[in-house]
Amino acid sequence: MSLKKVHDEQPKEFKFSNENLKKAEEILKKYPEKNKKSAVMPFLYLAQRQNNNWIPLAAMKYIANFLSMPYISVYEVATFYTMYNLAPVGKHFIQVCTTTPCLIRGADKIVKLCKEKISPKQNELSKSGNCSWMEVECLGACVSAPMIQINDDYYEDLDEKSAKNILDSLIEDKPLKPGSYRGRANTSPEKKQIINGENHA
Amino acid sequence: MPKITINGKEIEFEKGMTVLQACELADVEIPRFCYHEKLSIAGNCRMCLVEMEKSAKPIASCAMPAAEGMNIKTNTPFVEKARKGVMEFLLANHPLDCPVCDQGGECDLQDQSMYYGVDKSRFVENKRQVKEKYMGPLIKTQMTRCIHCTRCVRFATEVAGVPEIGAIGRGENMEITTYLEKAMESELSANVIDLCPVGALTSKPYAFEARPWELKKTESVDVMDAVGSNIRVDTYNWEVKRILPRLNNDVNEEWISDKTRYSCDGLLKQRLDVPYIKKNNKLQKSNWDEAVSILVEKIKTLNPDEIGGHIGDMVNLENALSFKKFFSVIKSNNLEFREKNFFIDPSEKSNYIFNSSIKGIEKSDLILLIGTNPRHEATMLNARIRKVYAQKKVPIYSIGNPGDLTYDYTIIGNNTDDIKKILSNESNFSKILSSSKKPVIIIGESALELKSGKYLIEGFKKFLKNNNFINKDWNAFNFLPQNASTVGLIDLKIISKDEDKRNSFFEKLKNNQFKLLYLLGSDNLDIKKNNEFIVYQGSHGDRGAEIADLILPSAAFTEQNGLYENLEGRVQECKKASYPIGEALEDWKILNLILKALGKNENLLNFDSLRKEVLKSIPNFSKLNELPNFKDCELINTSPYFEKEEVNIKELDYFFTNAISRASKTMSECRQIKLTSKKTGTDNL
Repeated sequence: MSLKKVHDEQPKEFKFSNENLKKAEEILKKYPEKNKKSAVMPFLYLAQRQNNNWIPLAAMKYIANFLSMPYISVYEVATFYTMYNLAPVGKHFIQVCTTTPCLIRGADKIVKLCKEKISPKQNELSKSGNCSWMEVECLGACVSAPMIQINDDYYEDLDEKSAKNILDSLIEDKPLKPGSYRGRANTSPEKKQIINGENHA
Repeated sequence: MPKITINGKEIEFEKGMTVLQACELADVEIPRFCYHEKLSIAGNCRMCLVEMEKSAKPIASCAMPAAEGMNIKTNTPFVEKARKGVMEFLLANHPLDCPVCDQGGECDLQDQSMYYGVDKSRFVENKRQVKEKYMGPLIKTQMTRCIHCTRCVRFATEVAGVPEIGAIGRGENMEITTYLEKAMESELSANVIDLCPVGALTSKPYAFEARPWELKKTESVDVMDAVGSNIRVDTYNWEVKRILPRLNNDVNEEWISDKTRYSCDGLLKQRLDVPYIKKNNKLQKSNWDEAVSILVEKIKTLNPDEIGGHIGDMVNLENALSFKKFFSVIKSNNLEFREKNFFIDPSEKSNYIFNSSIKGIEKSDLILLIGTNPRHEATMLNARIRKVYAQKKVPIYSIGNPGDLTYDYTIIGNNTDDIKKILSNESNFSKILSSSKKPVIIIGESALELKSGKYLIEGFKKFLKNNNFINKDWNAFNFLPQNASTVGLIDLKIISKDEDKRNSFFEKLKNNQFKLLYLLGSDNLDIKKNNEFIVYQGSHGDRGAEIADLILPSAAFTEQNGLYENLEGRVQECKKASYPIGEALEDWKILNLILKALGKNENLLNFDSLRKEVLKSIPNFSKLNELPNFKDCELINTSPYFEKEEVNIKELDYFFTNAISRASKTMSECRQIKLTSKKTGTDNL
């Protein structure tokens, strides 16, 4: 992970849509008036959702004015958390977990595939223009390692072949279904063993 | 008082102190980077680790509140090992560029690594590299050296009131920057250079100029505004290299304004080094003999009433007094120091000083600004107002719109009628004001320029007196002068009378009644030159010299000893740090030359007797560097002239208020940036 850079081409204006404005007001109600700047994180999330999964500077300014806090404070928060994207990402945004359990189970192969299929560098759009990828830290699905997150969905229990199929499907804009690729339901054990009368996976 | 044991010594401490402060009471020095007395506690450098009994881990003394019965040890091997560990981590990413770093010799990290540094590094990884950040024309950045103490971030947010610096990114990638690398829009911005414990933020104009041990240090006072900030002037040979703040909790705390700090390069430029005489409409170099003889001839041929004298904004009291004495020798009493015709009643000292005192602002519970923009007129005083605002949320009101003052205030009116309503208890605000305990009323020069200036002064005095806000413990009435010389010159009664319009200096100036106008360091007076003979005696070739027929070069404030009285009436000494340039002389010496040529040898001046006389003629004088004694004010019975007028706060060209700052390259850069950011607005991306 290196320091996140803001994108060179920035939209001039940003405003919450009517729907998000309502949501924002709901969020504000959770905090006392004097602590309203606590809403900065959910607001940034809303903005990211609204703006194709990335946050432009205009949105940070908009949020800063909304919550009457300095621009730099919003900027600090946005650069601190890795899940806020400060530059455009693909329509299919692939996050490859490379923390220890996934890496032991072969996450490096998925990274290699991403480099071949999507873009040689992280955070770059693919040739088809609809995908981008990045390495991330643990996504909390170690039990089904290795795994990737595509937009909001987890694709688990991958191997080289299944990962390749998924990536191909994304490039063709016909994404495969999320979930386990070894046919597991949720994270249920595959081979049931009974040792000393107890169930073990 | 609770007791704490530090290295086996039991001492008493005040409740609310931290362990670090208690250690300081016990004369134990604790190394630190992020902790700073005037800023909030961050506790992120971990250098101040100490050992506490019953704690398995060392504690950060700056963030740990001291408690009864604590047993602290600071000199054990355990502590030393902990600090060495912290230092090793700090140095892991700190570049080894001390030989080319401007902080060298006054660097906290360098000093402390002498005690806690390890001579070898155990890190084989590459050091972190961070790109330089742009922070304006004053602050040079070298962010690879940053140790993330966040002192600058806290200063900008808490003291300067411009939350523009922040830490972006996280972990190893954390970087300190201004929002999108814009210049910091504060008059106090350069203080972060002093705060920075390493060489990450250094002074841009002073870059690679000198090493601290080569400089001669002179403790002095500042004359850029009426606050009289305490400064240290660092000189290399005769050249003033830099100006730094000196701690004085009564005046400027540890900070100074950017103008105070960076006008010093103006001391080297545009200087008048020899006398000049206008011949064939062109100023030509001359010498003292010729210049003085021309002036003396002029004086001899003219009627004393046709000679006028004006004293400028940075003239010290001794020189002003010598000028007054000189004018009494030539029998003229057309002396003035005001640049604009604002109302002043010199009969009582409390009429024209900041009675509540700068430190007193911290005790106030309500502040009312009348026709003043303290941010530009007295930057350090504004920082004090911001301090009470930030600490106690003191309500601040203003009459007239001063613009952004770095704190919130309520505008309660914009004309004199609104003031009249307050004073006659007709406005809602009168009740708020009279129910407060320690209000501070600050009247600016812009308000006193109004025709109802006298009404304002007398009206407020009466109102405050009736509500018992003027007494020995608290004096709520304050005048905010703009120039360093103002209060002192009123004390010396260098002021023309207002009542008798025919006698007024400004009236005569306007009607071109002077045949000879003698400007003593005066550059801001609005003169429509007709055919008067103008003599300019000063240090810089500025507005005064431009219109002059005769120029007599004199010393600037760093080149002579002299007393200045700040806006509180505090008499402070400005010390000689350097020498007058070329043939320039101190003002009183020049006047001696003229007196000699006039044949008035018995009136010759000398510095010691001038100083004695100055100190004698200052009313309510107590001691050097102290506030004047309190004297109760008297009210007048007549009701002064009143007229409904708008209170317009005249905007100052902040970086260009006097001859020195106008000659300074740094100041003109700052001004340029301010102008462009004003044009484009700060809100665009």
